[in-house]
Amino acid sequence: MSITKLGRTGGGPASGGGTDLAVRAEGLAKTFGGHRAVDGIDLDVRPGEIFGVLGPNGAGKTTMLRMLATLLQIDAGRAEIFGVDVAGNPHMIRQLVGVTGQYATVDENLTARENLWLFSRLQGIAAPRARRIAVELLGQFDLEEAADRPIAQFSGGMRRRLDLAASLITRPPLIFLDEPTTGLDPRTRGQMWDTIRGLVADGCTVLLTTQYLDEADQLADRVAVIDHGRKVAEGTPDELKTAVGNSALQLVLAEPDEAPTAVEVVRRVLGSDPVLSPEQGRLNVALDQADLAADVLIALRAAGVSISSVSVAKPSLDEVFLALTGHGADGDEEISDTEISDIEISTEENR
Amino acid sequence: MSTMTAPAREAVRAADRVAAARRRVSTGETIVQTLAMAWRALKKMRRNPEQFFDVALQPILFTAMFAFIFGGAIAGDVQSYLPLMIPGILAQTVLTTCMATGTQLREDMEKGVFDRFKSLPIARIAPLAGPMVADLLRYTIAATLTFGMGLVMGYRPGGGAGGVLAAVLLAIITGWSLAWVFTWVGTIARSAQAVQSISMMILFPLTFLSNAFVPVETLPGWLAAFVRINPVSHLVTAARDLANSALVSGEVAWTLLACLIVIAIFAPLSVRSYKRHM
Ligand SMILES: Nc1ncnc2c1ncn2[C@@H]1O[C@H](COP(=O)(O)OP(=O)(O)O)[C@@H](O)[C@H]1O
Ligand SMILES: [Mg+2]
Repeated sequence: MSITKLGRTGGGPASGGGTDLAVRAEGLAKTFGGHRAVDGIDLDVRPGEIFGVLGPNGAGKTTMLRMLATLLQIDAGRAEIFGVDVAGNPHMIRQLVGVTGQYATVDENLTARENLWLFSRLQGIAAPRARRIAVELLGQFDLEEAADRPIAQFSGGMRRRLDLAASLITRPPLIFLDEPTTGLDPRTRGQMWDTIRGLVADGCTVLLTTQYLDEADQLADRVAVIDHGRKVAEGTPDELKTAVGNSALQLVLAEPDEAPTAVEVVRRVLGSDPVLSPEQGRLNVALDQADLAADVLIALRAAGVSISSVSVAKPSLDEVFLALTGHGADGDEEISDTEISDIEISTEENR
Repeated sequence: MSTMTAPAREAVRAADRVAAARRRVSTGETIVQTLAMAWRALKKMRRNPEQFFDVALQPILFTAMFAFIFGGAIAGDVQSYLPLMIPGILAQTVLTTCMATGTQLREDMEKGVFDRFKSLPIARIAPLAGPMVADLLRYTIAATLTFGMGLVMGYRPGGGAGGVLAAVLLAIITGWSLAWVFTWVGTIARSAQAVQSISMMILFPLTFLSNAFVPVETLPGWLAAFVRINPVSHLVTAARDLANSALVSGEVAWTLLACLIVIAIFAPLSVRSYKRHM
């Protein structure tokens, strides 16, 4: 599998003073009992940017992040954070990185305020200042009212916010966010995005993982797409979308046998090949502009190819993966019916 | 867009942070962190008071039960068995209490918040030692209830208040030290269930193969040999001497030495295994 380099943009924020990258990883790898969860990933995150790691479930995002955060041992390769070796100086790394995991990492037995107080005290902040920081963060994250309630009564979104607040106590220069918006409703998601942008405005660097193409698009300055523990593409969201098309025309042919003809027609009209989905008779056509869809459909009609279903959508993660790797986001060669309906649901969400 | 950006805030500068970052945790920091963890454990105890049931119930039940079951058989009558038995129950309840340390640590470690503890720049021993500091409260409750129950049943310790306090203190120190064994079990076992079974296997020989409830002279030679080297026996003898005759015997020294050895072995083992667990 070759890495699709989508080119580089020079437009990143100027690195203030030091020339050190926020994160530099080379050949990072992790094996769990013979299974290579992370299989040689190189990563350069520049200071002051939001870097998105995009990949489906099981791609190795969490494992990679945990290695960088000193939560998992690095099996092979090496990583530096602001020039500090991760494996060699874990204690320093822990002072530089704030980690918000995929699952809640706050104490269920304590209230929100007590949680923030505990994490402040653990990091050597004197009691009066710890109390002030707790008040400040509770205000910033809209948790004042719930401050003294047990966490057990918190909604998913509130827990996420508290989790993020807890990672910001010492205002670390680098923040890891593992799927910060998975499972949140659209409104809470938008708030989380604003918060993340605010972090960068404060001078932080953010490395986040996501399963959503639109999240990477909205937030990230640059994106790495990973799959099966390997990086399959890297670039700005625009470059990524150009590679995939701004919209995607999805066709299901009435007669799967006519697929070669359909491919021929699309090539003639658009000058590029459609991606033939593993499922028979399913075509994904990347479009620069949505109105090209009509041209394709007319040409197909003229060629006598009959179509059983048509839709035009923004490219979903699945299409990105089809375009970049030739297989779907779930990585299977065959896509079963149930999985197809999953994909269609995720396409809905991405709109 | 600006929910987060408070204008007065100074920008975060990575280079300054790297320069300020320390390479290791100092002893002073370790103590502050351990106390913060102890504070957390105390909060947890206060919100889950059912944790105290066994601590409270066991000394009461055991004192009554043992006195009436074994009292007649061993010492002729309950009254004369109490001075022998109460220090034994003291050792036993404190040991059972420290067994809970391992199980609770294991349960705690499964929770998400331990991920955060691991990601913070704190001494790796703090999350282990913190709950153990809080457990001092439980030992104190267990020890006080044991003597209280003894008094109710007619036990009149000859060592007076000073002797009893010294015995209680020694029992608490021993319990805290032996708790490191169970903490270690907590860090190596796969589940809280497993911690429980392993701890039982350690606990039973320690308490029952001691002189806690039965005079050593009545035992066969091979058993007596084990009973004599068992640190719990030293604790029991020392506590008897203290409580019953205010006598600070050499057994106190042996007990403390055994405690030091246990800590020296099991505290580093626990930290190592906790680190590897990530
Ligand atoms: N502790 C673990 N033990 C064994 N396998 C693991 C462990 N953690 C993750 N994996 C496996 O590694 C792969 C990558 O997982 P993960 O990093 O969680 O992916 P993602 O976060 O992208 O969903 C998956 O196949 C997962 O099953
Ligand atoms: Mg994950």
